Order: sequence, then structure tokens, then C-alpha cells
Amino acid sequence: MNEQKERVVITGMGVVAPNGHGLAAYEQALRNGVSGIRHQPHLAEHKFACQVGGIPQGMEEIKLQYLSEESLLAMNEAMVFGAVAAIDCWRDAKLPEPGSCGDEVDWDTGAIIGTGISGLDTIGEKLVPLTDAGKVRRLGSTMVEQVMASSSSANIGGILGLGGQVTTNSSACTTGTEAIANGYHTIQMGHSKRVLVGGTEGASIYSWAGFDAMRVLSRSYNDNPEQASRPMSASAGGFVPGSGAGMLMLESLSSAEARGAYIYAEVLGVDVNCGGQRNGGSTTFPNPVGVQRCIQTALKRAGINGSEVDLINGHLTATMADPYEVKNWQQALNCEPQDLPLINSTKSMIGHALGAAGGLECVAAVLQLDKGFVHGSLNCADIHPDLMPFANSIVQKTQASDAQVLAKASFGFGDVNACVVFKKFN
Amino acid sequence: MSEIFEKVKTIVSPYCKNQEALAAATEETSFLDDLSVNSARLVDIVIDFEDEFDIEVSDDEADAIRTMGDAVKVINAKV
Repeated sequence: MNEQKERVVITGMGVVAPNGHGLAAYEQALRNGVSGIRHQPHLAEHKFACQVGGIPQGMEEIKLQYLSEESLLAMNEAMVFGAVAAIDCWRDAKLPEPGSCGDEVDWDTGAIIGTGISGLDTIGEKLVPLTDAGKVRRLGSTMVEQVMASSSSANIGGILGLGGQVTTNSSACTTGTEAIANGYHTIQMGHSKRVLVGGTEGASIYSWAGFDAMRVLSRSYNDNPEQASRPMSASAGGFVPGSGAGMLMLESLSSAEARGAYIYAEVLGVDVNCGGQRNGGSTTFPNPVGVQRCIQTALKRAGINGSEVDLINGHLTATMADPYEVKNWQQALNCEPQDLPLINSTKSMIGHALGAAGGLECVAAVLQLDKGFVHGSLNCADIHPDLMPFANSIVQKTQASDAQVLAKASFGFGDVNACVVFKKFN
Repeated sequence: MSEIFEKVKTIVSPYCKNQEALAAATEETSFLDDLSVNSARLVDIVIDFEDEFDIEVSDDEADAIRTMGDAVKVINAKV
């Protein structure tokens, strides 16, 4: 038996974010602190307390450049965001142009595309109203492929002609980062040369309504949308709902080197766990022991000491959980507060994209490592009192960086955690 | 070509992956073989016929529609 495990690298990325479509636009937005949060009139019409959100802009035109009229007949929003990001990721990895290979299947590539709440726009706008009205026949042929949990991965598998495992994972707001961990294992074990991983999430009001009712969404900045997402601030009052898609091409180092692919970064180690909803943990709040174990296990597998971590891209949603998260990082890295690595929250610019959050934020994380910068976290000039000991580590303004190791974590309802350790590829 | 034939062409256009074949379509042109329509989408095309011509097409009638000419015949009998 071959005991040599494959090293896993990133050879392509694609992004559809509220503050930019495409890697170049996203990088510029991150560097310049461009918020993608806008006032959303349809949330106001439906009497949401939170009337701001992060929705990718210009997609009605952009999607026509990527997807045929015929294929769009059977794609809801999450499928469109996911497909555009996946095609961009595929092209960025310099793989053969989709559709150019006839009936050839790429048996060496799979896809693990996560989503938190799949197809609720289709369910809310078509499936439920027509079924309730006794008009089942009028649903047509496109319902199932838009509401099945694997709608986005199936769609992408068809567009790209993928022949490896094509599946969807779902673990609430951990989803996107969990997808990277899952793909990492697949490649490390030698089961596939490449796995397209990430997450996608639509912006349906039906997806966001339940969070609004839980009173966990930002509700005090409806007139100042760009200030609404305030992770780590004293004035954080809930997260801003977001949407979009972020994709990464994971590839074995041997495959990447054999085809001369550009390597953005290496995935050194991962862990995914659950806090068991014990020790203060619940469906909606993490067991701190679970979070710390997850981070420590990922670092151990990566062969990295806490002191070697240069950057943290946090989960940091702008709820009351932010100070607990930062303290968990400190405990996990076993450092003094003033020695915490630099930490930022991409959600300050794009909101919380739920099942897509991990994908979008891992793209941001890898861009920072590859391009040598750390993006500022918006709207935390008034640092939360419990975070004052960490004030010097909280990045408020974008700065240049020669960071080598970045730790990224995502946490989700169900007390589930995922941590990925990225290293600049030298 | 009849007015109904032209309308059928317009209705099926979004579903056709082979637009060149649609431009050159005749009564004998097959939806699946010639126009490369996804077979699952025939259901949607029939719903669009019903809406456009304000008719009802039974499941048996819908199942018998294979070509442009078949569609025109079914619609002609109802309008």
C-alpha cells in the first residue's frame, strides 16, 4: 500500500461576491475596503427589521456572458452564482475551455460545492404557490434540478464535464470551508487529481427571513448600509445577510507540477468537528472546547505551531459571538492577547453569505497570501471592549504583508467547526 | 410556412441547443434529434403552447409530439 500522501495545492479560483465579480475586482475591493452591502428595498417591502444585504451586482448581464438561454431556464440564483464562479475558477486553473472537448469527460476532476439553504427562491416563488393552487402540472420539468440539495454541484458537473465525485456538502455557515476540507481529503488520499470546492448561496428573502425573526441580523444601519456589517466593534448589532459564490481548484501537487499550473498556495492541514452542543454549546452557539480543538487539530496536521501563524481570517460575523471567537483563537494558539496574529473579517465588506461564506472568504484568504496584503476590517474603529487587549492585532486598514501561514475558520449552526491552514507556496 | 409554424418556432427557440437547425426547420424537424432539445423540456414546451394558443393539450397528445409538424397539427386542431 502506498503510504505517501499527496500534497494539496490551489491552482485556480473564482468569485462572485457582493463587492466584486472576478479575482481582479475582488482583490481591488478587498484592498480598498469596498463594501458590497446595499439597501435592499424588497426587504423593506416585506417588513424585515434588517433592510440591508450583500447581493452580487450586475449578475443579470454577467450571467448571459457565461450561460446559454437554454441552460438558464433551469437555474435559480444560487446555481447561477455557483456556475459563474466555477467557470471562472476552471479557466483560472487553465483547464480546457468548457464545451470545447465534445463528449470527453474529465475523469480526474470532481466537485464538492456546498450550500446552506438550497433553492429557496424556486421553492418560495414557484414550487409552493403552484402546488398549493393545485397546478402541479404547470410546474414544468425544471423544479427538481433546482431544489435538490445537490442542484449547484450537479449543474457545475454538467457544465464542466466532470467525471470524479460530484456532490454537495451542507453544514450551515461552516459549509464552504468544510467543502475545502472534504476536497483536501479526496486529493490527499489519491482518489482524484483535482476537486473544485467552495460554496454558493442565493439571496432569497425566504432564506433570510428566519434569521431576521431570530433578531440576529443588523437592524440599526438600514440608512447606512456600508456601515451595517461591523465585526469586532462595540456597536456590532447582528450580521448582514450576504450571498454569492467562492470556488477554489484543489489539485495534487504532482498533477499541478506536471501540467505547469500556477500555484496560489498549499493547503497544509484541515479539521472539521462538532462541539456536541455541550459545555455551553447549543445549536446556535459554539462549545469553545470544540472550536479550540478544531483549530489546534488543523494546525497539528499542518505541522505548524501556533506561533507560526501569521494571519487569521476569522468567521467574525458581527454578533455577540465575535469576542468569544477571538478568545478561542488566542486559547487555541496558546498566546498572550497582544501576541495574537493579525486578524480580519471579510464579512465586514460582503456580509455573511451563509453556505458560501467559507468559499468567498477562503478566496480572500488565499488572495492575501498570494498577493502579499492583509485587508482591513471595515467598521471596527470602536473596538469591542472585550477585544481591547487584542486591539493591535485587529487590522483596520489594508497593509502589505509577507505572511507565510494563514489560518481560516468557519463555524455554523449545529455547533460545527472547520479550520483550514494555508501556506504561501514557495 | 403557416403562422402557427412560425409561432412554434419562436416558442421552442429558448429550448433549442441547435439554433442553426431551428433556422432551417421544416415540418419533419425533430425536437430531440435535430434541435437538440433536452427531452425533459418537452413538458415545458407544451405548457408554453397552452399559454400562447390558449388551449389544453392532454398528456397523450403531448407524448405524440416529436416533430415541428406534430406540434402544428395538435395546435391546429384546437385553435
